[in-house]
Amino acid sequence: MITIFGIPLQAFLGQLLLGLVNGSFYAILSLGLAVIFGLLNVINFAHGALYMFGAFLAWMGLSYFDLNYWVMLAIAPLIVGVFGIFIERCLLKHLYKLDHLYGLLLTFGITLLMEGLFRSFYGVSGQPYSTPEALRGATNLGFMVLPNYRAWVVVASVVVCLLTWFVIERTRLGALLRAGTENPRLVEAFGVNVPLMVTLTYGFGVALAGFAGVLAAPILQISPLMGSNLIVVVFAVVVIGGMGSILGAIVTGLGLGVIEGLTKVFWPEASSTVVFIIMAIVLLLRPAGLFGKEK
Amino acid sequence: MKLRTLSASLMLAGFGLVSHSALANISDDVIRIGFITDMASVYSDIDGPGGIEAARMAIADAGGEINGKKIELIFADHQNKADVAAAKAREWFDQQKIDMLMGGTNSGVNLALAGIAAEKKKVFMAVGAAASDLTGAQCSPYTAHWAYDTVALARGTGSAIVKAGGKSWYFLTADYAFGHALERDTANVVKAAGGEIKGQVRAPLNSSDFSSFLLQAQSSKAQILGLANAGGDTINSIKAANEFGIGKTMKLAGLLIFINDIHSLGLNVTQGMQFTDGWYWDQNDETRAWSAKFEAKVKRKPSMVQAGDYSAVSNYLKAVKATGTDDSDTVMKWLKSNKVNDMFAKNGYLREDGRMVHDMFLMEVKKPSESKGPWDYYKQLAVLPGEEVFTTLAESTCKLIKK
Amino acid sequence: MNRQAFGYVLFVVFLAAIPMLGIYPIFAMKIMCYALFACAFNLLLGFTGLLSFGHAAFLGSAAYASGHAIKVWGLSTELGILYGVAIAGALGVVMGALAIRRSGIYFAMITMALSQMVYFYFLQAKFTGGEDGLQGVPRGTLFGMIDLKNDLNLYYLVMAIFILGYFIIWRTVHSPFGQVLKAIRENEPRAISLGYDVERFKLLAFVLSALLAGLAGSTKMLIFVSATLSDATWQMSGLVILMTLIGGMGTLVGPVLGAFIVVLLENKVGDFGAALAKLTGVEWFQRLGESVTIVIGLIFVICVLSFRRGLVGEFNAWIEKRKGTATNVT
Repeated sequence: MITIFGIPLQAFLGQLLLGLVNGSFYAILSLGLAVIFGLLNVINFAHGALYMFGAFLAWMGLSYFDLNYWVMLAIAPLIVGVFGIFIERCLLKHLYKLDHLYGLLLTFGITLLMEGLFRSFYGVSGQPYSTPEALRGATNLGFMVLPNYRAWVVVASVVVCLLTWFVIERTRLGALLRAGTENPRLVEAFGVNVPLMVTLTYGFGVALAGFAGVLAAPILQISPLMGSNLIVVVFAVVVIGGMGSILGAIVTGLGLGVIEGLTKVFWPEASSTVVFIIMAIVLLLRPAGLFGKEK
Repeated sequence: MKLRTLSASLMLAGFGLVSHSALANISDDVIRIGFITDMASVYSDIDGPGGIEAARMAIADAGGEINGKKIELIFADHQNKADVAAAKAREWFDQQKIDMLMGGTNSGVNLALAGIAAEKKKVFMAVGAAASDLTGAQCSPYTAHWAYDTVALARGTGSAIVKAGGKSWYFLTADYAFGHALERDTANVVKAAGGEIKGQVRAPLNSSDFSSFLLQAQSSKAQILGLANAGGDTINSIKAANEFGIGKTMKLAGLLIFINDIHSLGLNVTQGMQFTDGWYWDQNDETRAWSAKFEAKVKRKPSMVQAGDYSAVSNYLKAVKATGTDDSDTVMKWLKSNKVNDMFAKNGYLREDGRMVHDMFLMEVKKPSESKGPWDYYKQLAVLPGEEVFTTLAESTCKLIKK
Repeated sequence: MNRQAFGYVLFVVFLAAIPMLGIYPIFAMKIMCYALFACAFNLLLGFTGLLSFGHAAFLGSAAYASGHAIKVWGLSTELGILYGVAIAGALGVVMGALAIRRSGIYFAMITMALSQMVYFYFLQAKFTGGEDGLQGVPRGTLFGMIDLKNDLNLYYLVMAIFILGYFIIWRTVHSPFGQVLKAIRENEPRAISLGYDVERFKLLAFVLSALLAGLAGSTKMLIFVSATLSDATWQMSGLVILMTLIGGMGTLVGPVLGAFIVVLLENKVGDFGAALAKLTGVEWFQRLGESVTIVIGLIFVICVLSFRRGLVGEFNAWIEKRKGTATNVT
């Protein structure tokens, strides 16, 4: 049996791959957070709850309307996005003139509301959701058996993240968005409807969360609490990566997922806290974050 | 400014506090039973609202009143939090003057409740919990541990599996009192039978993703994966184990399985699994009759815990009727000197340390072809006499036992 | 005696009379603990302008530390409480030093992440008992003389602690140190330009807030003779923010009122839901009771949108308007 630092290779690579899967979720969610923060200067605490909403939509689609996974993968993010637009238009926009902390508090309140409502209707034990037919089964990679579905999660996440990065960094729309972040007044003076852009950006950011939710549905238990513990880790990821760069958010998310996976092998007790430890270190050495620019 | 603010706050506070206490009922002409269990979380199907219904059935069957005093049931959700349960129990004892406290699922919660009941000197019936400590190191003269415990499960299941050849074990444990107790008691049985423990991993209660824990289990190369967890955690770990093909290299041993789990997972995934249970709805005419009544109200067949709730409440009420009082010491004395003979247990008895000793059963899950319909899931393989599977008095760590 | 002092005296008399009024002492003690917790938190938010999203870490760590010290090490009750407070303070120094490096939203996120780390530590550490919590801590005696198992005796101890904590905060706010904190909240760059070592002041405020939150935690542990994980969760951090928000940030009395309202809410939502259920015949309202979270979330949203000054803040503003003097809009 081959061992790496005393750990069997099988276990090592297995946890590494699992880490990559977790990292994909971190990447998509921190990407959404970064996009929203970049343009709205709002920390969307509700991101976790909206991720949970996406997962529940997938389940509801299947249970009530007989819509399969692939349909929900396309529809759920749209529904979450529209819901997000509604939140932004009716609630968030009143707070832009105020201290940014109020945005955080509002989204925190929305999180509690959503979690409470779902919890009240569906309980905490979670809803079952089976893996879609096409992705069932596992591939024996020799060193471990990898369920096909998890491989799909990594692929789908990376593709979506890269697409988002491409749109923001390499297209005209993205350029407008970035300009809007730097100087909204000026961009407005050029005739661009900045408030509309802001609303749509928020909608897009939360749609990303909804997408992640649908991806998560077959793997994790669909429970009203699935977002809350995840969101705090994602916050740490965003602090580590710095909010300035889209690519930074993606890389940090994936990287931290992998590091967490490795920690589970060498030092399992620390695996839930390693991200926070790294955050503390980064704060000491590079307060703006690894990829961030001081705002 | 400040004076006005203060006086306004004062008035508001005063009004609120006084109205709060005025609503608290202080009445002692009622036999009041307080039931705290998990209503909406991991264990809500095993006990939860179904358990409340079972308790209500017991009260109705006792006639709804004893010697003219009405019987009342109040209940609350502990949300699997020991402090929520403890605060509620305290309030019930102090303000609502409950006479008997019942503990549903969650061992950590039950241990906390047992402490409070002992402090207040009131009868406490732990039905849904499994931790053997309730009648061991943390025993009390007021605790009655009714349905099952980790020692009985370990001795039943553990020895059966080791006898069949499963000698090396790895544990996936729920990280709280129950999980630790189950792991510890099973490990003792395995080691005593000549087996070996390769290791264990502790997963937080209510974990959603067991994949990394299962991979660690797999790399230990043990023959048996002992699932020292229950409810939703068991269901999810079995599902994930299926996903990762753990079953190809290890055999899964569910140490605490309820019929609701089998119902959730389906016979395809669980057929052939062996485990210990305290009661099954299809054992005899009496159990079938009661289960039919239960199913009419709750829309599913009862689990051992729900049947245990019914039995605990009816025996308590029997004691109150026989002794003519709800004084805790008198009631406990009566319970410990009279046999338990109802649809839940035959010739069961409540021991000095609070343990209700009764027969347990070794069950095996039927194949899909053998099952005639929903809930027809078990084959009874053997009867395990109570004296053999529960902790014996000689082994007991309870300070009440004089040795 | 001026009117303010008179008002306080009246309040203390009321507090002392509570057990005689037939109010459940444990309920009142719980409110006082949370009120102290909220006041400590408000010192940081309302007076220094720093939103910490991880204050539960101080509540929890003090509870566990003092519980462990009393139950396992056999420390006397007073020493146990002091030990808990000291631990919370030490944690405050560490967390504060790290968090103050950033400001505003980053500060909030860092405090949240750090407190989550503390939570995970408690989840896994042996001495906390994990999910089961630290149970059955003996209340002991005060100075070897007063038996604290008696709820009435404990009540007066908790009342004394609450008054002490509140006084410390009051004194801090009405001191030169407190004025600098307010200056930092209003306009940090100007405070820096005036030569104040802003970082040091912020850290001091943070640690003081942590110490008092720790005092609240140790006291709460004594009341319920247990310390559990829910003391250290982010939901608890959110709860104390809500208390301060409802009551009124930046006012001294606000958090006390906020704590009272929130605890009352937690206890009464069940009854309220049941009443609504009977009224409308909608079964779901029955379950509303079990979900305090929904109500809290709703109140949060409403408060942030249209009630930012909190009850006491709005009350003050109304008084000022009636007097005809201009008020500061937050």
